[in-house]
This record gives sequence, C-alpha cells and structure tokens, in this order.
Amino acid sequence: MSGTSTGHAADHSLDSYGDAAASATRVTPGNALRPEDIVLQDTAPASEAAAQYALRLGDDALVYAQRMAHWVSRAPELEEDVALGNITLDQLGHARSFLTYAGKAWGKTEDDLAYFREEEEFTSVHLVEQPNGDFAETTVRGLFLAIYQHLLYTRLLDSADETLAAISAKALKEVDYHLEHFEMWTLRLGLGTDESARRMRVALDKLWPYVDELFTDEPLYDELEGVAVRPSTLRADWDARLGELLERAGLAVPQVPYAMCHGRRGEHSEHLGYILAEMQVLARKHPGATW
Amino acid sequence: MTPTTATGRLHEIASRVTDPEIPVLTIADLGILRDVAQGGDGTVVVTITPTYSGCPAMDAIRQDLEKEFTEAGYERVRVDLVLSPAWSTDWITDEGKAKLEEYGIAPPTGKGHRGTVTLGMTVKCPHCHSLNTRELSRFGSTSCKALYSCRDCLEPFDYFKVLS
Repeated sequence: MSGTSTGHAADHSLDSYGDAAASATRVTPGNALRPEDIVLQDTAPASEAAAQYALRLGDDALVYAQRMAHWVSRAPELEEDVALGNITLDQLGHARSFLTYAGKAWGKTEDDLAYFREEEEFTSVHLVEQPNGDFAETTVRGLFLAIYQHLLYTRLLDSADETLAAISAKALKEVDYHLEHFEMWTLRLGLGTDESARRMRVALDKLWPYVDELFTDEPLYDELEGVAVRPSTLRADWDARLGELLERAGLAVPQVPYAMCHGRRGEHSEHLGYILAEMQVLARKHPGATW
Repeated sequence: MTPTTATGRLHEIASRVTDPEIPVLTIADLGILRDVAQGGDGTVVVTITPTYSGCPAMDAIRQDLEKEFTEAGYERVRVDLVLSPAWSTDWITDEGKAKLEEYGIAPPTGKGHRGTVTLGMTVKCPHCHSLNTRELSRFGSTSCKALYSCRDCLEPFDYFKVLS
C-alpha cells in the first residue's frame, strides 16, 4: 500500500535512475503504465482528436472488462470461468494501452483516467455497461462486441497513427480468440435445448437496442481522416457476419427498435455509476496507493 | 560460451531472466526480448514486447531485468515495452519449444495463420507423446495457454496456443 515500499529490494533503482516515474520497476501509483511504455519510439503524443478517439476505444474496453470481471467464479463451468477471466484480462490490457496513449496528450496516466474521471466524462457505449444478465446475455453481448472490435481493429491496422495501429495489431490477435469463443457459444446455445435457444432469443432482443450506437458517426471523425475508422463504415460487414452466424445457430436477427444512446457524449444509463463506484472506490479513498 | 562483445554480454545478462509463469523459458527463448543496448550515458535500455496485452508477467519481467543488470554492475537500467510489430508464437525459438515440452507444456503447433483454417493441427501430449489428445478449453491457466487432455495417458496438460 501507499508509502510502504521502503526496504523493497527495487528501491535503490530510484537513486540510480533519477526519479520514481522513470524507474524500470513499477513504483508508479497503481502500477500505471508510463506513456512511453506503449508508445512507439520517437512518436509524438496523440493529437487532441486522436487522444479523444483513443479514449473512446479505451473506455469501451475498460467498462466491458470491469463488467465482465464479475463472471470470475460465477461461470457455468470451470473452463468458462477461466475463459471469461482471460477475455477480461485481454480487454483490460487493451484499455490500459489506449488510455495510456490518450493520457499522454493531457499529461495524465491510465490511472488518472480510469479512477479520477466522473461518470459524465466516460465515453463508452451503453452496450458495455449493460448488466451481465444470464449466460446467454453475456454471450450475445460478447458476440456483438467481438465482431465489432474484430472489424474495427482490422481496419485500424492501416491507421496513420502508428501507436493506434500497434495497439490494434496486438488487440486483434486476442479478439480473434474472443470472437471464436462467443461464436461457438452462440452455436451451442442456439442449437442446444429449447431453453437455451429461448434464452438466446431473449438476450438478442434485450441487447439489440444498444447495437446502433456502435456505428454512430460523430464530428470527431471528420478530424481524423486516415487515423480513425468511421463507425458507420463497419456496419455492413458487422451485419453480414452476425446474420450468417445467427442463421447457422438457428436464430434470427432481432426486429426491435434502437434505444437513444449518447454514451460518447457522456450520457449514460444508471448502470455505469455503480460500475464506476466499485471500480474507483479504492483509488479515490487512498489516492496514490500502490500495492 | 562466453560472449566476447559488449552487446553479447548485455544480451547474455538479459537472457538470464525467465518467464515467471514458465521458469524454464528465458525471455530470449520466448522471443519477447527485442533489443538490449547501452546508451552514451551508460544507461542499459532493454526492449521487450508483451505476449498478451494484459499479461501480468511483464511487470515481473521488468523487475527481474532491472535486478539482473544491477547485480551485474550496471547502474542505470531502463526497460521499454514496445507493441509493434506484435509478438507471435512463431518467435519462440526451437530451443524454447523443446524446453516447453520437457516442462510439460505442449509447444505451439505449426506456424501462425490468418483467415479460415478448417484443418485442426493435432497437439502432441508432452507426457506420453500421444497424438490422441483433445482440447478441453481454448483458454487456460494463463492467457497464452489452452487446456488439453490426453486420451491415452489421461493426463491433462497445458498447450501454448498459437498466436499468429
């Protein structure tokens, strides 16, 4: 905890390298990544618009990871517990990279952004803050998001922003596995028992209203030509991939209206506040604590 | 063999650091040691790359690198983490793969690939070398592993899964 690192074997490195922030060991608050940790050599900090974009990608992954972490120890079988835990860890890793990169533009660390922003400052979509629900809901949400992230990160490989491209290249390899995992569960549950198929239909209807927000364009993207991916341009591929899978799983694309969601503007459902309260309480109660 | 060049010596020191989860593998075996060099001011800069974005082993590896170099008499050490190009299991050395198997973890089978592959590569049991094995879970004890079991010797084992 805070200030108790005295006597730790790594401490002498502080003197040898000059200051705590620059130490090769993790003594920064909360083991935050330093901006230079994830930035490619000799690249400049993100432009304001690119930082805002990285923040969105990071917030989606962070809130999703925090939500999904609740499955650990509660999954229907041990192997699934491990799988969801691994997926959560990957998403948290993506969030750390994106937030660290965004923070560099503003002189903030990933921890500043994760723990010391208010609810209305989070730019994540409503889909990731929805309650976990039953396993079918978690599967459907995981599927929606994995298809979206897979398409998004694939396109971001060509981003003119080298850091965004590098983070995406790393993330894509991991999302490959997430997508396959949720596709397999969609098939198993859709083609499983009457009850599993019924629950999948309920889950699809329940989460469908939050899909459209993933593909909503904003003025921000006008400033990021060649850097960001315009969300609307991912929609056709997303629909095709989902539709094909649902057909194989004996399920149908839902026909329910979309909800009004403005998560990118900081307007969230009541759920996000509870997620943040739990995520932020320790860091806010003991600012600067490390363990 | 004793390294004769300064760079060789730096590389040799960095290579003493092993993966905290798989202590038989050095970071060089794993292919996550990207570069090690000494700057004009004497600072040793070690560049590593993560296997998975959220891999907690990276923190331990940084500390171990710092410790190895400090103990070898280098006062200034910096560990940089780079993401590009992204690590692939193709970078695990042949020696590393042999060590993995001996340790009881099946090494990645074949090279990484992109796109649809409908033919599954058999994973060999690291205990009895049978090819009659099955996947229990694609996600295992750590991000980089999947869980398998052997139908012949009935032992469960970890498989270091392919990341292309």
